[in-house]
Amino acid sequence: MTKQLLKGNEAIAEAAVRAGVDAYFGYPITPQTELLEYMARRMPELGRAFVQAESELAAINMVYGAACAGKRAMTSSSSPGVSLMQEGLSYIAAAEVPIVLVDVMRGGPGLGNIAPSQADYFQMVKSAGHGDFKPLVLAPASVQEAVDMMALSFELAEKYRTIVTVLLDGVIGQMMEPAELPPMQPRRDTAPAWALTGASGRPKNGIIPFSLYAEELEVYNQRLQAKLARIAAAEVRFREYMLDDAELVLVGFGTSGRIALTAVKQARSLGIKAGLLRPITLWPFPERRLWQLADEARGFLVVEMNAGQMVEDVRLAVGGQAPVKFLGRMGGVVPMPDEILDAIQKLDKATRPRPVIGTIEGPVAPLRHPISVN
Amino acid sequence: MIAEQLTEEIVADRPQALSTADTHYCPGCTHGIAHRLIAEVIDELAIRERTIMVVPVGCSVFADKYFEVDAVVAPHGRAPAVATGLKRVQPDKVIFAYQGDGDLASIGTAEIIHAAARGENITVVFINNAVYGMTGGQMAPTSLVGMKTTSSPFGRDLKTMGAPLHMSELIAQVAGATFVSRRSLHSPAEIRKAKKAIRRAFEVQLNGQGFSMVELLSSCPTNWDMKPVEALRWIETHMVPVFPLGDLKSITPKNGLRGI
Repeated sequence: MTKQLLKGNEAIAEAAVRAGVDAYFGYPITPQTELLEYMARRMPELGRAFVQAESELAAINMVYGAACAGKRAMTSSSSPGVSLMQEGLSYIAAAEVPIVLVDVMRGGPGLGNIAPSQADYFQMVKSAGHGDFKPLVLAPASVQEAVDMMALSFELAEKYRTIVTVLLDGVIGQMMEPAELPPMQPRRDTAPAWALTGASGRPKNGIIPFSLYAEELEVYNQRLQAKLARIAAAEVRFREYMLDDAELVLVGFGTSGRIALTAVKQARSLGIKAGLLRPITLWPFPERRLWQLADEARGFLVVEMNAGQMVEDVRLAVGGQAPVKFLGRMGGVVPMPDEILDAIQKLDKATRPRPVIGTIEGPVAPLRHPISVN
Repeated sequence: MIAEQLTEEIVADRPQALSTADTHYCPGCTHGIAHRLIAEVIDELAIRERTIMVVPVGCSVFADKYFEVDAVVAPHGRAPAVATGLKRVQPDKVIFAYQGDGDLASIGTAEIIHAAARGENITVVFINNAVYGMTGGQMAPTSLVGMKTTSSPFGRDLKTMGAPLHMSELIAQVAGATFVSRRSLHSPAEIRKAKKAIRRAFEVQLNGQGFSMVELLSSCPTNWDMKPVEALRWIETHMVPVFPLGDLKSITPKNGLRGI
């Protein structure tokens, strides 16, 4: 296969098709609409299910139904649409049926705008719906990475019977860049034992994810949490750039991770030992790696396209071992490498060990640990 | 004396599609009758092994226990969307949703109308007892004007709470709906007609003819604060005049075209 110039949303759609998606249900919303439009042509052409739903509420519940049948089902949306899907996401999490959601984030809150944003980190990572559950969240930083994540998303969703969200911003969704599509995979022709396919030659199956008895529901929750703990232990993914000797660690996901990398390279050319950790899974979060890095690092700089969301997880991971600074742009503004470089230089200056100068009275007290402020 | 040969003929039995579980429904509630009618139809059409039920939120949230078919619980009001997902990926299966009036006529109005508009090849059984049962008797979109409920303690006021919503008439207007019928469960004669309508609704689906819905006027003695017999009579005297019985739409779509 060769690389083609592909638009993010369309490339994601085709990658899902090639990963064997059986059913797509969606609703138009910028900046993800091309994904829906692509599926509107492609799915019927292949004899697969496509419905433009009356709302995101309906779309996610159609996904729920198709997933209950043991089929590979997905939807895509953007921030306000995902708010409407949260009810269904919670039911799907409780039902433990595998689904894939592509969330192309835009500026908020409210109607916000259609510009790229990362303001829904909290929404997806911390509170994708009511009750105790977490989707597995993947954050691509390029069209190629998003393409490669589609097959992986279905595999992980089915492996753990969980929700997998591909969380990207409008930049990745709208951008065209060279990417290679995977070969077409055959669709699965067998249904899992739990699927609702009709009680033919077997006892009836039920996907009945509730219990009115507190003790029973607690046992159910414990099982769900044990599953999430297995995911947390096995599925952490991230990429490191120039971290071997880094004294300053930048952390950014998706588009801001990618821009931060440019700034890191610029910093290196100025002799500042900066590096980047780009989380690929936002949940589970690479907290252990960050904790290790904090042992050596002088300071951290988190770059996001929001008011400071992932930075909370970075601070928890770093555990006060080093200062954690934050640079964020909001409302659809994308940070520029220059402003990130500027923040790196400030962090460098603020955390540089001062030479201990001997005086008649003796050495000065060692430098106080800088306090982290935004 | 010659011993008379005793022969037994079973004239009434539990349908195969109905489980042996005891229901949790209140005495006098007509959910049990509705369940039985559906189960009888499933048996008669020999579709139990390929039927999937979409269970709603409300008193019938436990309905999966009472049927011997595959089942999933949908979020409140979303049963037609869940049914759509199930049907689109396995068109050879028989999918039916069971919904109450709060579910179908209030929180799920968009889902039911658009499932009908798409001519979704599913069957919906709509239980209308003019009240929210599970939450304890609040006003429903189908509550009658003047009807006292826990959330309309002075009676449903036309000026501030509006008039009951006639969902079957509304759905009958939608091109994609093929069969829409309103029946009642207040008397043996009406129950027989209700079964006939349920059978026709499932047949429409089996023939791939599009969306079918049967509304069943039902009783809720507990929340109506009536004795069971009194409640059945109330359906006849109070509900039937507001919600007239009959087939609101019954067409035979031709050339795969559903609708008008």
